Amino acid sequence: MRKILIIGATSAIAEASARVWANRGAALYLVGRDPARVAAIAADLRIRGAAIVAHEAQDLNDFAAHEAMLDRAALALGGFDIVLIAHGRLEDQRACEESVDLAMQEIRINALSVVAVCTRIAPRLSAQGGGTLAVLSSIAGDRGRRSNYVYGSAKALVSAYLSGLRQRLHSSGVQVLTIKPGPVDTPMTAALRKGPLWASPQSVAAGIVRGIERRRDVIYLPGFWRPIMWIVRGIPEGLFKRIRL
Amino acid sequence: MARGQPRLVCSWGNVARGTHSVYRLSSRFEDFPSLPAHTSILPFGNGRSYGDSCLNVGGALLDMRSMDRFIHFDAQRGTLRCEAGVQLGEILRIVAPAGWLPCVLPGTQYVTVGGAIANDVHGKNHHRDGSFGCHVTQFELLRSNGERLLCSPQTNSDALAATIGGLGLTGVITWAELQLTRVAGPWMAVESVRCRDLGELLALTSASSQSHAYTVAWVDCAARRKRLGRGILQRANPADDGGAARPAASRRWLAVPFTPPVSMLNPAMTRVFNALHYTRHSAPMRSIQHYQQFFFPLDGIRHWNRLYGPRGFYQYQCAVPRDGAGDSIRRLLEATAASGEGSSLAVLKFFGERPSPGLLSFPRPGVTLALDFPNRGARLERLFARLDAIVAEAGGRLYPAKDARMPASLFRAGYPQWQTFSRFVDARCSSSFWQRVMADA
Repeated sequence: MRKILIIGATSAIAEASARVWANRGAALYLVGRDPARVAAIAADLRIRGAAIVAHEAQDLNDFAAHEAMLDRAALALGGFDIVLIAHGRLEDQRACEESVDLAMQEIRINALSVVAVCTRIAPRLSAQGGGTLAVLSSIAGDRGRRSNYVYGSAKALVSAYLSGLRQRLHSSGVQVLTIKPGPVDTPMTAALRKGPLWASPQSVAAGIVRGIERRRDVIYLPGFWRPIMWIVRGIPEGLFKRIRL
Repeated sequence: MARGQPRLVCSWGNVARGTHSVYRLSSRFEDFPSLPAHTSILPFGNGRSYGDSCLNVGGALLDMRSMDRFIHFDAQRGTLRCEAGVQLGEILRIVAPAGWLPCVLPGTQYVTVGGAIANDVHGKNHHRDGSFGCHVTQFELLRSNGERLLCSPQTNSDALAATIGGLGLTGVITWAELQLTRVAGPWMAVESVRCRDLGELLALTSASSQSHAYTVAWVDCAARRKRLGRGILQRANPADDGGAARPAASRRWLAVPFTPPVSMLNPAMTRVFNALHYTRHSAPMRSIQHYQQFFFPLDGIRHWNRLYGPRGFYQYQCAVPRDGAGDSIRRLLEATAASGEGSSLAVLKFFGERPSPGLLSFPRPGVTLALDFPNRGARLERLFARLDAIVAEAGGRLYPAKDARMPASLFRAGYPQWQTFSRFVDARCSSSFWQRVMADA
C-alpha cells in the first residue's frame, strides 16, 4: 500500500491522479483550500477503493502552517512514498501587468509557496532514504511569453529549484520529478479558448503516474511538448521578441 | 469567469448536429453558469441520445461529464449517491463486486446518471421493475435562478415528476441517490428461443414475463406474410449459483476506427444477416453470460454508430398500449417490410404495469418496438409518416431520446401531460427537440 500526500488535491490533475492511486488501494492524505471540495473528493476516493483517505483544508499561502500540516500527514500515513504538489492559480496576464499586488500574489502562490513546502519536505524524504517528490511545473516555465509570462516565470523558478534539489537529493535515493504539462482542459483554464493541443486531466494524470513509476526526472505531458519546447527555447531572443506567442 | 467554448456537437445517430457554446460544471458546489442574455442552455451528459433531445443548436450546452464524484455508498442497504455526471459503467465497477446492480440498466453503460434520469431509461426488466426513475430515491435540482431543490417522492414531488423524463429542461440535476438491487453474482442464465411468427413471439414474450426477470425479442424485419414478425426471444434470470467460479468474461474490444464513406448496413445485407441469425437459432440455446455481455452487447464495439456512414441513422422507437398491441405491431412491421427500407435492427419488448414517475416518461403498459434505419432521406421519411399514422391511431407515443423528427402533433398526442410539464421548464433551459415540438404551441 503506497502512502501518498497530495497538496492541491482539488485541482483537476491532482484529482485524476488520485483516482488512479485510489483504484490501486493506496493510502492518501489530501490537502486543499476549500474544505467542502476536499472532503467531497476524499469521500469519492474512499468509494473508489483507497485504503485510507485523510484530508485537511489548508491555504498554502500560509507558509508557517506547512510544518504542522506535514506532521499531521506523516502521522496519518506513517511516512511518504509519494508527495504530489499540484496547487496553483492562473490569473489573467493583462490584469497582472496592471496590478503589482496581483503579480506578487501570482508569484507567491505558484512559486514561493512551492519552495516553502518543498524545503520542508526535502529533509523528511532524505531522512527516509527514498520516496518521490513530484511537482507540477509547466511548459510555460520553459520560456517567458507575452501571453502568460507572470505565471510562466513562477513556473520557471519552480523548475530551476527542482533541478537543484534533484542533484542534492540524488545520493539519498529520492526521486524529484518535474512535471511540465502543456495546456490542460481544467477549471483553472476555463476562461481560455481551447485548441487541438489541449490535453485532458486524465491523460496528464496517467503520464504522472507513469513518470513516477519509471523514476523519470523531467516529463513533458503530452510528450510532444518536449521537442516543441526544445525548438521554442532555441529561438534567438532577437527573433523571439518579435513573435506573438 | 468561465465562458462558453464554441464546439460542433453531434448526437449518437449522427443525423442531428450543430455548433454550441459549451460550458462546464465540474462540481456540485458550483453555481449555475451565468449566460449572455437570451442564450438558453441544456445539460449534456455523454451524448448517447440518438436525435436532437440532447442538443441545443445555436445555444449553449452544459457539459456534465467532469462532475463525476461518488458521494456515498451504503453496501449494506444498497443505496448509492453520486454526482450526475457519473456513468453507469463506473457505478457497476464499484457496486457489482459488492453484490449490487442498478435496478434498471439500459442497452449501454456509457450513459450518465443525469441522462438516465432525464430520459427515464428502461431495460430488459421493465415488465417487472419499471423504469430507471422508479429507483431514484432523491436528487438535487439546480435551477437557473440559483435555487436548489431537494426532490424526492415526499418533498418537491411535482418537480421530481417533471424532472424524471424531463429531457434536462427543468434545470441541472447535480446529484442523485439510487436504490440498487442485490445479485448473487455477475452471471445471467440466458435462453434464446426462436418464434415462427408474430403471434408466437408475442405469446411467448407474454408468458416469459411471468417466469423471467429479463426479456427482449429480436425481430426479423425482412420477413413477410406468413413469417411476419418471426424472431428470437431472449429471456434470462440471474444465475442462482452466482458465486460459482467461471471463466472470466471474454471481452473482445472491437472498434470502428473511422466513419466509412457509405453505410455498411444496407437493406440487402440486412436481409442476409437476418436470415442467417434466425436460422442459427433452430433449437433453443441456453448459456451463462456475464452481465456486461448480457446488458450491453453493443458496447463491445466502440463507435458502432459509425457503421451507418456519414449520413447517420435513425431509430424509430414507439410504445403502443396493451389493448390492440398485437394488431398495431403487425401493421408497423407490415409497413416496414413493404417499404423495402430494411430496418437493420428491430427489437421488441413488453412494458409492465409499474407506472413511470415522470410526466414525460416514455414507458407505459404495452409493447415497445424499436427499428434502426440508415438515413436514406425522403424515402425513409415517407415510411416514418406511415408508421406515425399507425402509432397515432393506436394511441401510442414515440421515445424522445431516440427521436430527431417526430411531428409536434404526435408528441403532444403521445404525451398529454406536456402542458403541465411545460410549467416546470426552467426559464434558461431549452433544447433543439423542445423547440421543434413546441413550435406554434
